[in-house]
Amino acid sequence: MTFDEKLSAVWILIQESPLTGISITLLAYVLAMYLYKKSDYKPILSPFITSMIVVVSVLLITGISYENYFAGGKFIHFLLGPATVALAIPLYHQLHRIKQLFFPIMITLVASVFIGSLSAIGIADLFGASLETQISLAPKSVTTPVAMGISEQIGGIVSLSAGLAATTGVLGGVIGLKIFSLIGVTDDRYRGFAMGLTSHGLGTAVAFQESNTMGAFSGLGMALASFTTAFMLPWLLSLLAII
Amino acid sequence: MDFILGFTLLLLFQLLGEIIVIFFELPVSGPVMGIVLLLIALLIKGSVGKSLNNASTTLIGHLSIMFVPVSVGLMAHYELLMNEWLAITVTLLGSTIIMLVSTALLMSITSRFFAKETKHDV
Repeated sequence: MTFDEKLSAVWILIQESPLTGISITLLAYVLAMYLYKKSDYKPILSPFITSMIVVVSVLLITGISYENYFAGGKFIHFLLGPATVALAIPLYHQLHRIKQLFFPIMITLVASVFIGSLSAIGIADLFGASLETQISLAPKSVTTPVAMGISEQIGGIVSLSAGLAATTGVLGGVIGLKIFSLIGVTDDRYRGFAMGLTSHGLGTAVAFQESNTMGAFSGLGMALASFTTAFMLPWLLSLLAII
Repeated sequence: MDFILGFTLLLLFQLLGEIIVIFFELPVSGPVMGIVLLLIALLIKGSVGKSLNNASTTLIGHLSIMFVPVSVGLMAHYELLMNEWLAITVTLLGSTIIMLVSTALLMSITSRFFAKETKHDV
């Protein structure tokens, strides 16, 4: 083989091997985590956002197609399943707190699913978003793996829902604390629960930096929102004759 | 070793969840059903073992990398995003603020209400 032939063989390997997708994702994540720690955990530098920007840039620059990337990416994607199941463990640790505030938690939880999904669909409709986009926006306040599952169920665009849910997490993490002090809610239990209901994983990460109580209640809100939305949203949308 | 054992348990609970979802035609995903099953199992057992704690802490701690592969698929919706960016941006911002405000207020109002109720009972 000539040198040029070897080079093109290597290029084909890079484009088509699952190794590429896995390596790009992991390298982007390691870099993103490094920046996140360096910045002292600024929500705007959430590792998810940085990793995504890095991966998209690498794919655009190299011209590797999304299909070829996902040949490797799907192995990392697969971990979402067991990671979601793992949410049962923090939820188990918080059960005694649910008992203490049972009725307030239940009322707020059900209301938040209504308020969150209906306000999203309503505003999107008002600003002329397509039906597909509206449906993809509806599960934005639940943790991304669950949002993807729900989106699939109700006929949204799965990857769009994933990206929108993750963006909602970043957004709530960035503005949440300011909003709470603006409306004068200071109790860490209430602030945490609202944070978890709105901004799931990333909100919870921010909440844990404030206090353990706020973090615990945010984790609780995130886990409960996942269930409630998964059960209520398909029903709610069919009730509204949207799907 | 702890991690592998805990990871295996999580996979088995997911599998069980997927099976139950198919069997009972439930409107949730297999992993979400897996949470319910694992929670019930933990309640029966009364404690979380070292292996499950280990695996769950590791996986939940790195949850954000697992969103990346599918979200990169947003690339494929470049045109949709370009056409509807205004509606999407306003929706995300508006709905997030509405939710933060309403849930925080609702939580503090209902907590106060139910706390008073209990005092009257006593």
